[in-house]
Amino acid sequence: MSRVDIHRPAMGRIAVKALALFVLINALFVLVDPLPAIGSLSAYNVIFPGRPRLPYSDFPDRAYNLSLYTLNAMFAAHEINAGPKPADEYRILLIGDSSVWGFLLKPEQTLAAYLNAGRYMSPDGRRVRVYNLGYPIMSVTKDLLLLREAMRYQPDLIVWLVTLESLPRNRQLIHPLVQNNASAVRALIAEYGLALDPNDARLIDPSVFDRTVVGRRRHVADIIRLQLYGVLWAATGIDQDYPDYEPAAIDLEADETFHDLKPPMLRAEDLALDVLRAGHALAGATPILLVNEPILISNGRNSDVRYNFFYPRWAYDQYRALLAAEAQRNRWHYLDVWDIVPMSEFTNSAVHLTPAGSLLLANRIAEAVQKIARRD
Amino acid sequence: MSLIQILVFTASASVFGTLALAVARSGLERWRNAVRAARPWLMLAAGVIALYWLQPSTPIRHLDFWLPTATLALVGLIWTVTSRPRPIDIPTTLVTASVVAGLVLLIGATRYIDALCCLTPSRPPEATAILVVVLAIVALCAGFGQFLAGARQLNAALLVMVLGVFVVLKTEPLGAGLSALLRSLSGQSVAQASAFDVSWLGFSYIAFRLIHVLRDHAAGRLPALSLREFVIYVLFFPALVAGPIDRAERFVKDVRTWDAAPEQIDARAEDVSAGLQRIFIGLFKKFALADTLALIALNPTNAGQVQTAGWAWVLVYAYAFRLYLDFSGYTDIAVGMGRLFGVRLPENFDRPYLRPNLTLFWNSWHMTLANWFRAYWFNPLTRWLRTRSIGRDASRVILIGQTSTMLLIGLWHGVAWNFALWGVWHALGLFIHNRWSAWMRARSANADLPSTPTSVWRTRAVAAFNIALTFHFVALGWVWFVLPDVGQALDLFATLFGG
Repeated sequence: MSRVDIHRPAMGRIAVKALALFVLINALFVLVDPLPAIGSLSAYNVIFPGRPRLPYSDFPDRAYNLSLYTLNAMFAAHEINAGPKPADEYRILLIGDSSVWGFLLKPEQTLAAYLNAGRYMSPDGRRVRVYNLGYPIMSVTKDLLLLREAMRYQPDLIVWLVTLESLPRNRQLIHPLVQNNASAVRALIAEYGLALDPNDARLIDPSVFDRTVVGRRRHVADIIRLQLYGVLWAATGIDQDYPDYEPAAIDLEADETFHDLKPPMLRAEDLALDVLRAGHALAGATPILLVNEPILISNGRNSDVRYNFFYPRWAYDQYRALLAAEAQRNRWHYLDVWDIVPMSEFTNSAVHLTPAGSLLLANRIAEAVQKIARRD
Repeated sequence: MSLIQILVFTASASVFGTLALAVARSGLERWRNAVRAARPWLMLAAGVIALYWLQPSTPIRHLDFWLPTATLALVGLIWTVTSRPRPIDIPTTLVTASVVAGLVLLIGATRYIDALCCLTPSRPPEATAILVVVLAIVALCAGFGQFLAGARQLNAALLVMVLGVFVVLKTEPLGAGLSALLRSLSGQSVAQASAFDVSWLGFSYIAFRLIHVLRDHAAGRLPALSLREFVIYVLFFPALVAGPIDRAERFVKDVRTWDAAPEQIDARAEDVSAGLQRIFIGLFKKFALADTLALIALNPTNAGQVQTAGWAWVLVYAYAFRLYLDFSGYTDIAVGMGRLFGVRLPENFDRPYLRPNLTLFWNSWHMTLANWFRAYWFNPLTRWLRTRSIGRDASRVILIGQTSTMLLIGLWHGVAWNFALWGVWHALGLFIHNRWSAWMRARSANADLPSTPTSVWRTRAVAAFNIALTFHFVALGWVWFVLPDVGQALDLFATLFGG
């Protein structure tokens, strides 16, 4: 028998077995959905140091970081996942938008980093350790989704920074992270009776094909890429691209509209305050410090109409009043620091802070945190 | 070459390979003759189409059409010169020239067919311009053939021309100058001229094949090649982008001796299975492994950002393996595709990172390029040096031969300091290894002691140490290769060694 005669049936058998294996693995993927389990397997905190902020970037090759939608993988890459909570640690979680995450700030310049640099101690003698779980793009529903995941890390205090832009109802399901975690979002809607449509078309329900290995290939590839970028994160300490940017607008349009809302009245039902209530319910006995984060207050053209690019004055003023009233009604810990950062300490947006602005905010939050810790 | 392009070529080659196998099995003489006759034409057409399809886009108007056309002109001219003094089969030559010209015109005609436009990255020039250029090329080749082909100086002139173009393309200021010239000719802004504007598909490899035939023709070693065989050899599509650099006399045997006769069923079946296997291995190496390692491989950006020696080594290792897997993956794909067409392209890699010394590394890394330089530079140079007074000192001959060869191999990648230093780095390594080996041989010969048995473990440990040492020497050499800024390379060396 020649070599080729031996090869021919072998090639056929190999092809059939490969096909059978391919079908079997895809079927198992659909049935088991191992993506969360795969996401939990991480080289971070084992081979590479955990990341001080959740993975996020639109420019992976420059930032050595990338955005992905598998929550387990995101948290597994974070330094909070390094191990069990130490007994001597007073654990504070920061949640919020890109200003908390630290857009255009180096890891050591974020709010969390400055709070940690303060080396605060809790009244019972534990060292305060602050974890940055902020994530870009404003939506309190996205914050709630992350908070749900974060609760397994046993926080002693949660600091939740919000702004008006994260509260309009029409923004709640706009975030890709929310859209790609539809079942988790629906569970939150059902559990806390959120005034959001669980059948909203923006929530992405994977088809059977989408749940196969082939359909999930992008998610799996993202998880693998995240591990690989761990090498460059560990090697360089870089986790963000720092492009040149246009400073936040000072001269503004004389436009009084805010999303689809018009003056004179902003109603409580226009805002997703129920999501904030859900957050407090989710946190249970763990206190939450709700912070109305600083915004840029412009003194440029049409600044009598608008505070900044995001906010007309009427809407923002009414939002502050509504949020303060809601906090008082529910006896929440509330800190309104909307105007503490001078105009010069914002970078490319009306909520992104410079390192100096970030430090200023950290000092104010530290004071409030100490008060809460003492009270509790 | 993109994955889509590779898959299209693989599918086409697989169809041909399978068809040839089916014909061989059928035993039908008529089909056998048809396939045997069609094969070289298919290879010719695939080469010409690949030349245009794979050509990268350039910001200079229509240059992505004219550069492949210039390649064809060069191929035609050099064939005209190297085909003499043997008689030319005029009718078959005319048919081949007509087919090539027809293909060029057809590719150009896609400009007018939106559904097919375009094989080239941008819309081809107008048909009249293409027709004029094609006719001019045909006339030029015919004129050369008629009046000048026998002149020895013409061979040398073409050699200088090919080398000249090569040097211009590989030298950034000259490339930028050429870009400025081409931009002014096409009425575009000269201010934006850049060396990267003139990216000529596969010229590094095409040039070396052309130089090889010119040199072998001058030396009387070149076999008689028809125009069709010559075009197929120079433009064989699997090897167009990244080699290997085959030799004409070896290649043409595969073109001529292939058959789909019943007695070759096994050979054809082996071609299909081995070819596809190689392609799959190559695809995995290139797109799964190399492209993954590319994310973390050393580059000019991360070289300036890395903070510790340990991680710097990781980046260097990642680059070393990424480069090997990328290049050898391409070679696997090329060899596999060639095999589907019944051509056994030479190997370029043979486990180079497992070699115990640098000499053996260069016998197993980019082997066809190294062999080319051995044949056309190192051997003639060292032979010549031995005829001079300097030749009495063997070590000096070796030093000059190896340094100049490695320097040229470095500069083949680009005329820049970092490539020159990479070449010198390897030249010094080779020279030191050469002298060390000579010293060891002399020491063994002089020792006059009965050989003592050496333990297996000791032998293995020494071999492992040698492999590790050679690999690290090569890996550190890649630092020069990948970082265009010599200062940055020195800084990285300092980081690597804890400085």
